[in-house]
Amino acid sequence: MNVYIVGMGISLPKKSSSEFSFREMIYEAAIKAYKDANIEPKNVDIFVSVSEDFEEGTSIFDEYVPDQLGAVLKPVHTICADALTGLVSIYSLIKTGHFKIGVLEAHSKLSNVKNHSHLFAMGLDPVYIRPLEVNPYFIAGLEMAMFLDSRGYDELDAAFVVSKNKSNALTFGRSPFGTTITPEEVLFSEPVSEPLKRLDISPNADGACVFVIANEEVAKERKKDLIRILGLGFGGFTPNIEMWRGDAEYLEVASKKAYSMAGIKNPIKEIDFAEIDDTFSYKELQHIEALSLSRVGESAELLKEGFYDLDGELPVNTTGGNMGNGNLSLMNGARSLYDAVLQLRGHAGNVQLLDPETALVASWKGLPSASGAVVILKREG
Amino acid sequence: MKNLEGTPLDQESFEKVVKIEWKPKIEYEWDCGIAISKFLEGLKKGYILARKCNVCGRVLVPPRMFCELCFRPNDEWVTLSDEGEILTFSVCFVNWDATRREKPEIPAVIRLYGASPNIGILHKIGEAGDTLEEILKNIDIGTKVKAVWKKEEEREGAITDILYFKPIK
Amino acid sequence: MARKVGILGAGITKFMRRAKETGKELAFEAAKHALEEAGMDINEIDCVVISTAPDAFDGVHMKGDWLSDGAGAKKKPFMRSFVGGGSGVFSIIHGWYLVSSGFFDKCLIVAEEKMSSCMPHPQGAFNSIYDQFIERPLGVNLLWIFSLEMMRYMKVHKIPLETIALVAVKNKKNGLDHPCTQKGISGEYTVNDILNSEIIAYPVHRLMVSPVTDGAAAMVIAAEHEVKRRTDKPIWIEGVGFCLDTSYWTNRDLYYPKYVEYAARMAYEMAGIKDPRKEIHVVEPYDPFAYKELHHLEGLLLADKGEAPKLLEKGFWDRDTENGIPSSPSGGLLGVGNPIAAAGLMRVIEIYLQLKGEAGKRQVKREIKRGLAQAWGDLMQVGTVVILSK
Repeated sequence: MNVYIVGMGISLPKKSSSEFSFREMIYEAAIKAYKDANIEPKNVDIFVSVSEDFEEGTSIFDEYVPDQLGAVLKPVHTICADALTGLVSIYSLIKTGHFKIGVLEAHSKLSNVKNHSHLFAMGLDPVYIRPLEVNPYFIAGLEMAMFLDSRGYDELDAAFVVSKNKSNALTFGRSPFGTTITPEEVLFSEPVSEPLKRLDISPNADGACVFVIANEEVAKERKKDLIRILGLGFGGFTPNIEMWRGDAEYLEVASKKAYSMAGIKNPIKEIDFAEIDDTFSYKELQHIEALSLSRVGESAELLKEGFYDLDGELPVNTTGGNMGNGNLSLMNGARSLYDAVLQLRGHAGNVQLLDPETALVASWKGLPSASGAVVILKREG
Repeated sequence: MKNLEGTPLDQESFEKVVKIEWKPKIEYEWDCGIAISKFLEGLKKGYILARKCNVCGRVLVPPRMFCELCFRPNDEWVTLSDEGEILTFSVCFVNWDATRREKPEIPAVIRLYGASPNIGILHKIGEAGDTLEEILKNIDIGTKVKAVWKKEEEREGAITDILYFKPIK
Repeated sequence: MARKVGILGAGITKFMRRAKETGKELAFEAAKHALEEAGMDINEIDCVVISTAPDAFDGVHMKGDWLSDGAGAKKKPFMRSFVGGGSGVFSIIHGWYLVSSGFFDKCLIVAEEKMSSCMPHPQGAFNSIYDQFIERPLGVNLLWIFSLEMMRYMKVHKIPLETIALVAVKNKKNGLDHPCTQKGISGEYTVNDILNSEIIAYPVHRLMVSPVTDGAAAMVIAAEHEVKRRTDKPIWIEGVGFCLDTSYWTNRDLYYPKYVEYAARMAYEMAGIKDPRKEIHVVEPYDPFAYKELHHLEGLLLADKGEAPKLLEKGFWDRDTENGIPSSPSGGLLGVGNPIAAAGLMRVIEIYLQLKGEAGKRQVKREIKRGLAQAWGDLMQVGTVVILSK
């Protein structure tokens, strides 16, 4: 029994969403998703929401999930991970055969956290690292240095990611952080934790996103826009940042499972485009390599050759990634998934690719985690 | 289930073990949104607002812009009475940090007149006595109560603009 | 399509007021014991499910990630599900769907809680469970929601306080035989002892509340073919259920836990159970507060509304009952302790041990083929139910 994405809705990413509560934003996304799927929430069997308490400023955020999704007195649970890991839950629940329709919700109200570095700090080991009181972006700085060094790349290579993605965002038009910027300009922005500069960091944003996932029986009632989940996986490495080696092992673990489920042997050839986490500039290159979308040490060259451009052989982050759409925290994977489905449905406007069939979406949970997930989608019908 | 692991510490040994202290410094500023903003503005002016869904007919407080059961935008603002009845209450002798209170406080769920059955809000009861015996004599489930407001010039658009509810005949 | 999922091993630490071990160390100890019983090496595990209650206890953001190496998830897929106090029982539901779906064959479930790190009192971590706009500014306190619910339940059914106290008497006595319990948590108490303990939030008395505890529990579950290959005494997960009610908790009649009923109905349907009062032979309902056990037994449809207290007086829920349904033979949270997520999984482990006939002094008298564990959480809002069978 195959599983499909049959509906989606979004409260668009923006720098601030001060006029709405999180409930009102999620409600907007939910209403759109149910309309898109042509179902009512009472027909949904299971709901999964992704959240982390300290990001919300609420303990047991699970409490505040059901109402705005139409999920009162329904089977609902929270996954404390990025949205794509939450998608694995929905997928698995449907695959047990006990449920037909599931809903996934993710959102970001990062603008409501007044001091982010303290949020990140709370994620660090309280004994070894927190007492050092270093701005937690140093982790990204260390990892970036290690990654660039191990591959023989330089800062300019990473800056090309920012340039490409912000340009894609500008072309797309919907993304709030689209602009024309040269890699050199990225290099000239203030250092945050060398080699990481201000413009190597995707800016925070708010938004909400809801998906309707269904089994084959339900999905086949739709004549068009059938997006099949071909494979997925999730993975972790270790929370001990001292042991990180500059590789994104979590996506190696996740993609191994996803490729094997999807029967993909040569991802570079078989994937038409990819939406990949680029919370920090170097992360896109690191993730591309972990996903085997280039050989280790070759992603920067391919990037500069235009291999990952909109008109390249394997476009990456067609709507601008997190650089262009903003860092939506646990919703990053959901926003990427949303845009991948737009592409597969042929609704991506100015950045529409020519008839794409197979897409890969990969997410990272964000600083200071070493966990993430991968989903492979295929258009049918 | 044999040889269970774990090293329990009594108060004395607990004070001796090596510890790391950390005070969270995260700050939040939550967007109240349309419904709650209007509700709080109402409190500042001295009235309690609810939203009505014209499909199920429920009058809902705390207000929200959608009916979570009919799953549609709800329809109109309704002003509730500042009198109502106690749906349930407690007489609480401890603070949040588990220290004991000299005088108990009385949290209660109160249904305001005008709201649908069982649609209550959380607040506190005052002027009901200082000891458990007095309080249990003065209030019960179903007791009629009325809001005691802060002076108008002191109100700030918060739930605490109502100081407490007091029992009335 | 759904694959049968069975249990291969369980591990647990002591439940302690304050543990010397860190959360990671507790998680490791429980996981190690579960793997040992399953006769497995961590490398044979496909994925790890982590369960732990609010991050605010430990003061660690992304607590699931932080615990992951202690829970054996290095370079492995791991996931943390979270439904507040319901998380412990939910963790096996989480593992069940990852295995039943065919996604993985062997799953390690680790539930951990270290509440004692939170200062000045872990209760403070619960203030932020309330609505931030119109409830927290009132100066809230965790005990409020329970005392408000208990009052409503007692008043609607006219239940005497003495009967509620009996739950604590029963569970604290049962707990004496549990290897995890510590002195002071379990014990021989009388109804008067319970009612003479300080009133903390009337009608709740101190001895009607499960104490703050540190501890961990773990289980190994696997798909049918793995289970049959590895054990002659398989215990199966027969049904699971979970349900979440509205977050507007002041908009509900608190006298009855509808969310537990819905979760139970889901599990009964999955397990093909028509008459739970005949087909459930032993039950571990969630009892962080004494009245909760009775409240939940009614929600589980094992007693009519308002009848659970009367059955309690008749000994229907006693461990050595012959015609009744033994409830909380483990001693529950009142008798063993309440390291939230770990306590939930401890209840599932008790059913597992009872079905295997390995509960020692706690073994129930009547013959049993099927048992149920349940937990509850959030703003008196979520029910999680799992049914195990021989």
